Amino acid sequence: MESTDTIRIEASSGPAHRDVISKVVERSGTDIRRCFHCQSCGGGCPVSQAMTYRPNGVIRLLQLGRVQEALQSSDIWFCIGCNTCSMACPQAIDIAAFMDVMRQIALEEGVPPAEPDILAFHREVVGSIHKYGRTHKLEIMMRYKLRQLDMFSDLDLGLKMLAKRKLDLLPSKIADQRVMKRIFEVCGGANHGGGR
Amino acid sequence: MAAVVEGMEFSYFPGCSLATSAKENNRSLFKVCQKLGVNLVELEDWNCCGSSSTHSINSELAFHFACRNLSLAPAGRPLLVACPSCMLRLRQAQLHLQEDAEARRVYERMWGRPVDSNLTIIHFFELLDNGFGAGSNPDFQASLKGLRFAPYYGCMLTRPPAMRHEKQYHGLMEKILGSFGAEPLVWGHPSRCCGTFLSVAKPAVVTPMVNQIIQGAVDVKADCIITACAMCHLNLEIRCSLKTQLPIFHFSEILSVALGMGIRKSWLKRHLVDPLPLLKAKGFLEKTAAG
Ligand code: SF4
Ligand code: SF4
Repeated sequence: MESTDTIRIEASSGPAHRDVISKVVERSGTDIRRCFHCQSCGGGCPVSQAMTYRPNGVIRLLQLGRVQEALQSSDIWFCIGCNTCSMACPQAIDIAAFMDVMRQIALEEGVPPAEPDILAFHREVVGSIHKYGRTHKLEIMMRYKLRQLDMFSDLDLGLKMLAKRKLDLLPSKIADQRVMKRIFEVCGGANHGGGR
Repeated sequence: MAAVVEGMEFSYFPGCSLATSAKENNRSLFKVCQKLGVNLVELEDWNCCGSSSTHSINSELAFHFACRNLSLAPAGRPLLVACPSCMLRLRQAQLHLQEDAEARRVYERMWGRPVDSNLTIIHFFELLDNGFGAGSNPDFQASLKGLRFAPYYGCMLTRPPAMRHEKQYHGLMEKILGSFGAEPLVWGHPSRCCGTFLSVAKPAVVTPMVNQIIQGAVDVKADCIITACAMCHLNLEIRCSLKTQLPIFHFSEILSVALGMGIRKSWLKRHLVDPLPLLKAKGFLEKTAAG
């Protein structure tokens, strides 16, 4: 893990950099400039072990103008939006909302996701909602595994879940067939979240 | 008992987990509501709240998913939600609608009706808090006697800053189940995150998280863990790699036992960690109803 104490300051943190910060602040509705790096957020974060910079480190990268590194980080994909950090933050920064916006900007700017598996999973879930209006877990798992060319890990578990009827064979669908199409159209088509 | 909520009617939003993988959670919840004299009317043609994945990659989509559900709620009836994650999504959308005139315009354009500013969204726990508010349940006083449980709320207790001042339910499981004679344990992980969707994409990250939670409950000699959320329930069951695994119950299932309605065989069959030996040992099995 990189120590946040010795983070490098970008020489070129000019107006473009300020634009990015304003965009992030506006879209997330939370002001990351208030962060003073007490690191209370990372202390309770359940996935900080898997992160490179930890939540405040990602904020620090932005503050220092190292936007690309933040967008390329695994951290923004590992964040599961559990809000544990928000409850701890003395500055009431909505870190989960910030992470949402960082992922979305990364997708919009075509930054290759550091954790493609996680993005693939999100796309399967959103795709399932597009198709049925609800999530069909069995199909999500199967499609996800196929996409990863990994049909065998968790096979035992999958079969066990099927036997226990935890995974329904048929999807639960909504009756209004057109409504999802309409929602996706309003949101710029079915590419499920910018990019690609 | 239950005088405060008896006769009340709610629109009910089950969400995808309770409607499919956690049907036992849904069914036991219905039973409990029936017993309390509460009528649940499923929200007609509800759609997925968007789950964690939608807002992760597209906030606008997530907002519309939540709004469509809100637009389906008939006036004059509060909307009851049992999944903490769906609850958060729906409440967040509602708050956004309250605060943002442009969001309200978008809503009206999409759903062809004004935002119902009187709609209240309440969590199942709030209903129980009202139902069992008095604390004493003379009819069933000792129905859970001898059960040592670790109450597990997961991220139900954590919120974004904008929702900091909303009602909290910390201690509710302890209070309610305690009033039926069960012994709530103080432990280190009642609100530790279960790992949610990373359980599929990154099981290697989630297994240690889940193990830590289960081990924490084993360390305080819990007989079982009781969960507030169906997603947590699933992760705790499927991602534990410890030798000692603990039975995990949905809060609504244990409440069904507490209220003398037992626990149905068809619910038990859907558990991946078999709760039968525990129920037998505690003498709760006589109350296990077939079907
Ligand atoms: S808790 Fe808040 S102020 Fe402290 S480091 Fe994290 S984001 Fe910054
Ligand atoms: S919301 Fe994200 S950053 Fe915050 S504690 Fe949870 S996983 Fe960590």
